[in-house]
Amino acid sequence: MLNRSLIGKMYPETFVLVEKQKLKLFAKATQQSDPIYFDEEIAKKNGHPSILAPLTFLTTIGYEQEKPYQYLEDLGISLGGILHAKQEYTYYNCIYAGDKLRMESKIGDIYERKDGMLEFVSFISNYKNQKNVLVAESISTLVLRNNENK
Amino acid sequence: MKINEINTFRIGDEIPSLITKPISRSMLDLYAGASGDHNPIHIDIDFAKKNGLSDVIAHGMLVMSFIGQAMTNIFPQESIKKFDTKFISMTNINDILTCEGKVINLEFEDLLKRIFLKLQVRDESGDKKLLGSAVIELILNEKKDITHE
Repeated sequence: MLNRSLIGKMYPETFVLVEKQKLKLFAKATQQSDPIYFDEEIAKKNGHPSILAPLTFLTTIGYEQEKPYQYLEDLGISLGGILHAKQEYTYYNCIYAGDKLRMESKIGDIYERKDGMLEFVSFISNYKNQKNVLVAESISTLVLRNNENK
Repeated sequence: MKINEINTFRIGDEIPSLITKPISRSMLDLYAGASGDHNPIHIDIDFAKKNGLSDVIAHGMLVMSFIGQAMTNIFPQESIKKFDTKFISMTNINDILTCEGKVINLEFEDLLKRIFLKLQVRDESGDKKLLGSAVIELILNEKKDITHE
């Protein structure tokens, strides 16, 4: 059973500059068809200050942490033993190329379902830009597979 | 022009569905690099097998990005306020995904129209991969929306 005392554990803040090149690559990888996600000129013509980050781009910020998989060590689980169960986003402002984001993250909850057959861990994060404006919040929930860690 | 169409959305209406190309290994490889999610379960078949799968599986977040695109194809991204998904089953190599959204509720506050969408991604055989919901807020220019009662 996962260590419930880790609920509330905070992870070091992560600072990320949203680079144009990174947005272009992310747009390509997610097969965005709208050029506001990869062409600065067209984005500007459509009233955006620069290239727009798509809805799921925030997922990349977590992987910019110095130790993105520190939580596996903390929880005593392995990467092959988990799956992404849920993802929730609340958006307050758009993110554009050139923004400097700061992510704060913590373990929001650890819980079980089906009499402990399934265990879940959720991470709550918030993202602020260079103006210290909250741009989004997210909750990512992972599920342990196979009870391999029991 | 997008705006005029979506302002007339009623409960039960569906957004245009998005159909993906077949999921391929190179697609997952590209997404791993672009997102920073290098979990080998998405790119390394040996690792996938060691962990009880028959092959690599797609990143849930890639599937989420497809249904997100179905929404931003019709709604301005800044109007999307909430976007939640549950990953129901694994997405496999060669799956062709259909991403769908349906209006399940509407709310009006002065010039604000709030649209509640139910989201779904399924493969060709109808297996559900993702279920979700989204909240969209549109500012109406004038109170002439035909669905406003």
